[in-house]
Amino acid sequence: MSDSAPDRSAARGPDYEAVAASEPFQRLRRRHRGFVFPLAVLFLVWYFVYVLLAAYAHDFMATPVIGNVNLGLLLGLGQFVTTFVITMAYVRFANRRMDPEATAIRHELEEAEK
Amino acid sequence: MTAENNPVLNIAIFLAFVLVTLVIVFRASRNNRSAADYYAAGRSFTGPQNGIAISGDYLSAASFLGICGAIAVNGYDGFLYSIGFLVAWLVALLLVAELMRNTGKFTMADVLSFRLKQGPVRTAAAVTTLVVCFFYLLAQMAGAGGLVALLLGLNGPVAIGIVIAVVGVLMILYVLIGGMKGTTWVQIVKACLLVGGAAIMTVWVLAVNGFDFSALLQKAAETFGASQKAADAGLDGAALLAPGLQYGANPLDFVSLALALVLGTAGLPHVLMRFYTVPSAKEARRSVVWAIWIIGAFYLFTLVLGYGAAALVGPDAILAAPGGVNSAAPLLALQLGGPVLLGIISAVAFATILAVVAGLTITAATSLAHDIYASVIKKGKPEPGREVKVARWTVVGIGILAIIGGIAAQGQNVAFLVALAFAVAASANLPTILFSLFWRRFTTRGAVWSMVGGLASALILIIFSPAVSGGPTPMIPGVDFHWFPLSNPGIVSIPVGFLLGIIGTLSGPSKEDRRVAAEMEVRSMTGHGAEKASDH
Repeated sequence: MSDSAPDRSAARGPDYEAVAASEPFQRLRRRHRGFVFPLAVLFLVWYFVYVLLAAYAHDFMATPVIGNVNLGLLLGLGQFVTTFVITMAYVRFANRRMDPEATAIRHELEEAEK
Repeated sequence: MTAENNPVLNIAIFLAFVLVTLVIVFRASRNNRSAADYYAAGRSFTGPQNGIAISGDYLSAASFLGICGAIAVNGYDGFLYSIGFLVAWLVALLLVAELMRNTGKFTMADVLSFRLKQGPVRTAAAVTTLVVCFFYLLAQMAGAGGLVALLLGLNGPVAIGIVIAVVGVLMILYVLIGGMKGTTWVQIVKACLLVGGAAIMTVWVLAVNGFDFSALLQKAAETFGASQKAADAGLDGAALLAPGLQYGANPLDFVSLALALVLGTAGLPHVLMRFYTVPSAKEARRSVVWAIWIIGAFYLFTLVLGYGAAALVGPDAILAAPGGVNSAAPLLALQLGGPVLLGIISAVAFATILAVVAGLTITAATSLAHDIYASVIKKGKPEPGREVKVARWTVVGIGILAIIGGIAAQGQNVAFLVALAFAVAASANLPTILFSLFWRRFTTRGAVWSMVGGLASALILIIFSPAVSGGPTPMIPGVDFHWFPLSNPGIVSIPVGFLLGIIGTLSGPSKEDRRVAAEMEVRSMTGHGAEKASDH
């Protein structure tokens, strides 16, 4: 196990602090957090709005919409829809905006190690 | 109901399934040599394969039998389980999966101890892993026991105890022989069978109702309105379609459960471990996306199946059956397709329990062997081959514990035990995972406070909750020592876990190595230095 554990004492290996402070890495980090944090807040808020309605607004949720399908069922199915949409949006973002830059930084690190 | 049941058919179908999967396990395990092979399947699975296996791990007896039963008997309130279990995957996808895959090797503790002190953090993480796995295992075992009565036509605690022991021994064999690769293949086979079976039943239920979901709801409400359960509670049929049937008297408990469900998944150790069986973070992402689609589709099926069971079987017949609320899905199968469909569905349900138990066991064994034995006791220098040997012995030990616990946990509420596992995972694991991935200043002290405090508060609140004593269906009947009003501790213990992480970090000096913190951040974002697929 020890062979590939991070080496804490020796100064060999890439200068990670310099990489972490570099402009490309900082840009990657900002881009990642700028996308996932607001999205995480968004779906959690929407989830808890739904949960609080289901917990405290029974009559509102029981409002019939289409036949016997009521507002509560539709909002619940809406949670499924938003989950699928956010999943697809994230994959698109990660494939296009994250992967190329992350790979470039990794290649640079691997080059420096040779 | 059980008169139409055909135990011989059930057992034949069940045994056929066990044989097929054992052959797969034997074939898959021919190349199990290194620790990476045993724990992480040589990191050789593709994203889609692993995504199906994740679905297999996640769609446990609680998902199939528990949710169908909850919707059939408690209507809309049971639907919350489906939604919480699904939305929770966004936390895993957006915040945890890829970063964990890039920084870890085999276990959650690998990531948590990357830049913090090995000893205390690994030990605490291994303890929370073991506790979560144990509660999850108990839930599966207790579910298996209740089902056996219905599925195989057995009765009495001794017969059920014997079947639990058989399931336990089978599980030990699976994990001992197959390791992670064999277990992953079992999950893949089982996930396909479970989702396929649920899909067939869903189409069937809709076809019976002329593909009119509203008509199905109408029929479910009518059956419910005419039932003894509705009469006892003084409700009309429409109550089944609106929220409040189960949690109307205590809505805060509903919110607490919702919190535990949505934050628990990304802290479940057996799910986290699955991210290491793929070769890269990109494959980890693909596998979570596959899992979200499969799990989402499955939970849509359970909505139809739950209301279908309410309409076609009725809450009174379900509650009177030997398996109680958990028997809704099998009874629906019996109603639709007779003993043959019941036999198939019960074989799938058994396989589900077996496979989930195997996945949990290997996670617990890895945690003990890799985190406690190899890393803490042997300081990262175990003798060659010893670590896998310790893992195998741990599997035997945990198997025996699960058998004993499962027999003792007979008749206890399965959904409660699973929600408890989620609450513990969300309180003890998730705060430390998120802080160590996203907060550079986070310290060893913060991690230990958060894990120990989150675990302790969740356990204490559960022990003194109405679910254990004093409630309507307590685990310990006849006594009442509860003072916590909610049956799920999440709404208190999860904030406690997060707060202790913050207070522990800010109140102590920041002694952690800035260089290692930078290394972890660079690795987690770029995948630099992450373990690749191992060659055979």
